[in-house]
Amino acid sequence: MTTAVLFDNVSRHFGVVRAVDRVNLDIAEGEFFAMLGPSGSGKTTCLRLMAGFEQPTGGHIEIFGETAEGVPPYRRSVNTVFQDYALFPHLSTLDNVAYGLMVKGAGREERRKAAEDALAMVKLPGYGTRRPGQLSGGQRQRVALARALVNKPKVLLLDEPLGALDLKLREQMQEELKSLQKSLGITFVFVTHDQGEALSMADRIAVFNEGRIQQLGRPEEVYNQPKTRFVADFVGSSNVLSTKLCQRLGVKAAFASLRPEAIALAAPSNGALSLAGTIAGQSFLGATNRVVVDVDGARIAVASPAAHAVPAIGSPVTISFAARDLHPMEDA
Amino acid sequence: MRSEKSNRAPLSLKIAAAAGLAFMHLPILLIFLYAFTTEEKSYQFPPPGLTTQWFGVAWDRPDVWAALALSVKVASIATATALVLGTLCAAAISQTRFFGRETISLLVILPIALPGIITGIALRSAFSMADIPFSFWTIVLGHATFCIVVVYNNAVARFRRISGSLIEASMDLGADGFQTFRYVILPNIGTALLAGGMLAFALSFDEVIVTTFTAGQQSTLPIWMLEELIRPRQRPVTNVVAMIVVVVTFLPILGAYYLTRDGDQIAGASK
Ligand SMILES: Nc1ncnc2c1ncn2[C@@H]1O[C@H](COP(=O)(O)OP(=O)(O)OP(=O)(O)O)[C@@H](O)[C@H]1O
Ligand SMILES: [Mg+2]
Repeated sequence: MTTAVLFDNVSRHFGVVRAVDRVNLDIAEGEFFAMLGPSGSGKTTCLRLMAGFEQPTGGHIEIFGETAEGVPPYRRSVNTVFQDYALFPHLSTLDNVAYGLMVKGAGREERRKAAEDALAMVKLPGYGTRRPGQLSGGQRQRVALARALVNKPKVLLLDEPLGALDLKLREQMQEELKSLQKSLGITFVFVTHDQGEALSMADRIAVFNEGRIQQLGRPEEVYNQPKTRFVADFVGSSNVLSTKLCQRLGVKAAFASLRPEAIALAAPSNGALSLAGTIAGQSFLGATNRVVVDVDGARIAVASPAAHAVPAIGSPVTISFAARDLHPMEDA
Repeated sequence: MRSEKSNRAPLSLKIAAAAGLAFMHLPILLIFLYAFTTEEKSYQFPPPGLTTQWFGVAWDRPDVWAALALSVKVASIATATALVLGTLCAAAISQTRFFGRETISLLVILPIALPGIITGIALRSAFSMADIPFSFWTIVLGHATFCIVVVYNNAVARFRRISGSLIEASMDLGADGFQTFRYVILPNIGTALLAGGMLAFALSFDEVIVTTFTAGQQSTLPIWMLEELIRPRQRPVTNVVAMIVVVVTFLPILGAYYLTRDGDQIAGASK
């Protein structure tokens, strides 16, 4: 397996701001890699380091085994789909898509053909004569994608490309992106702050906070076994059990995470762990009820199927869960 | 009712406006008129007779041609210098951040706010201190000081509208710095540069004050005209030349006006 992008202890500090701080990454060729994190956590800066718009203040970057430091953006086989698309307003859609081939000196006919193929690939055939200003947000996003893909990059960087789209279009584009990536076999590095998007699309996820990677792993790992309280909270809001509760349950860790949907509002069947508490609140979420149970002052969220009745607020309740759903955490 | 009333100017105001316009533009018409007079010593009104002979006389005078050629050469080179330096300066000010950026921006604009006579005296003393002989090039240098401002002002406004990510997108797609300038920056600032260049040319073409201080033996067209007015000899020739100056400077300014207007519409439509 070839490593497409390697970050070895990479930092990028702006004065006192540690935008990226001692990050280690290895992205495999053909992988769909997501970078997930709240606003200001350093995701864009990481992409800019890969694209060559920023130079690291520390550490080492390799792209397909070659040192990337000092290589200008136009000499990297990496292309970017920008957060604001950055289409050239003075060029037609076709010329926008053909831009990369034009500066590389490809012939007019070859350029036109390749650009039209790329537009067809993103399902915008025949839109070539329009100016970017005459396209909708979703269409511009596809043009930006086609413009990057036409260069046949080894790595495609996407900076929150679906951020501006409505839910319906977004889900549709998620599927299209995913199948496009599968068929082309290009390495995708995808930045998002939407955990659902990262979980559903990525082969692996890096969760960022304040310039550092909190956890790196497959979606199931990150979702089910958050390593830190931040990840537990940010990716699907896991419960974090305190040291006291852990001791009571016989877990040898300072903290443990427990997913709301792993908990049942019922007496334990054989082998399951249980805690007693009172119902503190509930809200209807569609397929499930979110029930908050108060266990000795600690609030534990439970996702209970909507078909099950929820006892009234204040009534005593026993919650139960399997021991294997309780995941020890490194720190709070 | 109200709005109709406020849209209608009272008659007195209309007359005042007409008088103001007449005061500004009638003298120009008089210049045109005296280009055709038969009286060559004084500006007698009405002209005793009309003739087109002065056009021929002006055509045959080598000093007219020398002054015109000098002016065109000075304006062209000053404008070309200003286009290069003004564009570079606008790019630096609008696309990067560095210490003292605002100060430099102000210093660049200062020469046009400063009275020409100050610029002239300053340059003259600087040239003599540095032992630079007055020549064609000192005139060009003097004119370039204010031509740069005009180009800079036009370019910087347009540069601010090019988002930084357009330039990054171009580099990302494989274009080096030169290609990015050629294919992305130039098309976006082209009309602004043309407009700035035309204004700069027009300014340089009829500049008198700075030229007086920085010229050696040469006389540019405006200086030649001043000298002609002092010693009356074939006076209407001056008027013929004045007509040419009006045409030569008015056309570029008109062009600049239409170009920047269109540029605004293009930029607005592409957003
Ligand atoms: N050129 C810069 N100069 C100074 N600070 C910067 C610069 N670029 C980024 N930062 C800072 O670095 C941090 C990380 O920024 P970055 O753009 O990488 O965040 P992000 O994760 O992409 O956020 P978002 O989701 O809002 O896009 C922020 O605190 C930001 O203010
Ligand atoms: Mg960002």
